[in-house]
Amino acid sequence: MSSLDGKEPPPPQMNIERVSLSFGGVKALTDISFNIYPSTIQAIIGPNGAGKTSLLNCISGLYKPRQGRILFEGTHDLVRLAPHRIARLGVARSFQNIELFRHMSVLDNLMLGRHVHMKSGVFSGGLYWGFAQREEIQHREFVEHVIDLLEIQHIRKNTVGSLAYGLQKRVELGRALAMNPRLLLLDEPMAGMNSEEKEDMARFVLDISEEWRTTIVLIEHDMGVVMDISDRVAVLDFGKLIGEGTPEEIRVNPLVIEAYLGREHGEAMPA
Amino acid sequence: MEKFIQLSMSGVSNGAILALVALGFVLIFKSSDVINFAQGELLMIGSYLTYTAIEQFGLFWPLGVVVAVALSAVAGVLIEQLVLRPLIGEPVISVIMITIGLSSLLRAIIGAIWGVSPLPSPKFIPTDTINILGASVGANRLWAIGLSIVLLTALTIFFRRSNDGIAMRAVADDQQAALSMGISIKHVWAVSWAIAAVTAAIGGILLASIFGGVGASIGRVGLLVFPVVILGGLDSIPGAIVGGLIIGLLQSYAGGYLPPELGMGEVAPFIILIFILLVRPYGLFGQKIIERV
Repeated sequence: MSSLDGKEPPPPQMNIERVSLSFGGVKALTDISFNIYPSTIQAIIGPNGAGKTSLLNCISGLYKPRQGRILFEGTHDLVRLAPHRIARLGVARSFQNIELFRHMSVLDNLMLGRHVHMKSGVFSGGLYWGFAQREEIQHREFVEHVIDLLEIQHIRKNTVGSLAYGLQKRVELGRALAMNPRLLLLDEPMAGMNSEEKEDMARFVLDISEEWRTTIVLIEHDMGVVMDISDRVAVLDFGKLIGEGTPEEIRVNPLVIEAYLGREHGEAMPA
Repeated sequence: MEKFIQLSMSGVSNGAILALVALGFVLIFKSSDVINFAQGELLMIGSYLTYTAIEQFGLFWPLGVVVAVALSAVAGVLIEQLVLRPLIGEPVISVIMITIGLSSLLRAIIGAIWGVSPLPSPKFIPTDTINILGASVGANRLWAIGLSIVLLTALTIFFRRSNDGIAMRAVADDQQAALSMGISIKHVWAVSWAIAAVTAAIGGILLASIFGGVGASIGRVGLLVFPVVILGGLDSIPGAIVGGLIIGLLQSYAGGYLPPELGMGEVAPFIILIFILLVRPYGLFGQKIIERV
């Protein structure tokens, strides 16, 4: 299993094995299997309704697949765990339609990301004031680190509901990062952004990957961005996995080209 | 002037108790969207358990109160787990019907255990009167005010500072996001019901002393929670506190200054309820919900 010559890939951090999900008679996902490797950026692409978000929801536990396993770090089958347990294992996520705590400040939202790491319980927060305070200071330091990384110093006291869309997206990424996750699921982090905001977001994703070595699973529609920043790409179409590989492999995969461009058109995906 | 002070003191003390009870109601609504029509019965459970612990088992009163309040918390958690948890995902109207049914059921259980005629109130809260600027005010009313202030302050700090309190606010704001932050919603619901049962139990104990007996009249105070939370805003904790005080004072002044044969003390809170629903349905501090289609 160990990589003796340095070329052998490390063991996968996540094995998605034959996952199928249906809502009544509608098959959202059919027999999906692929691996996600540590410290990589794994993109999931596909036309609207292909099942990308459904797959992300299966990983984070919001949906329970009818069949299959999702093994995290070799030992935990996420299919059997409640969403909050999965979060505590180190799987964080952002949502396609922003799901922030709108009535709280940016700082409070990020501090909630630290919730999984907080030890002082119901009463100790009040009783062992010293300990709770030391703990809080540590968490604040971590959160400030996230704030610096995402360049949101100027809005840390603002109420989230009052912020512009692009900034809310950034705060949501920050809240997931504050969990110091081992696996970060991002559901269309750049949707609805202008090109400048997209560039910023792409830079943040790359920074996180490089500095923190966090594994990132990314759903994104902008092909340029996907091909630029991903290490591997999985392609879904009508709930089936029609391709998985490096961006170069995906670009020339005939099934993928067909799904995106139709049968008779072009030979390669736009770069 | 004496009359005004007297009415004000009894209004503030009733209002403080109402605020306490309404806070539990708001907490349950915020974290789980359940409108609890059995809040009044939680008051009764607390006061009857205290009666049993102190008068029947002869416990020293602080111990008796602690035992009764702890058992009330257990009852609250049991109600949540056995009655409401199976209803997750059911329509709001079913949940409301269940809590109305629950209130009748609890009343019947209380009647079966303790009988239907009022029992004497445990005597640990002093009932002698104290002279304040010429008006005589019951010491138990001062107790009610003091204890409510302490509890409301403690709970406010709990919501702002403690992990569980912050988790509750998160669940109230966005359940899906809370789940993805590692917050257990079931745990939050259990804690909300426990807190609601505890505040109701303490409210019930104070009311037993003010009413001079433990009986169904305590449960009827539960109905007043509705004008309080509609006035303050269903989802607002400060609203519950302010609403409680306003309704308590209003009831007291209306009962004291208007001709008694009109019974305005009983009716005024519900006139306010209707008025607020007409002009400002989200209450003084509630969240305006705008449906975008």
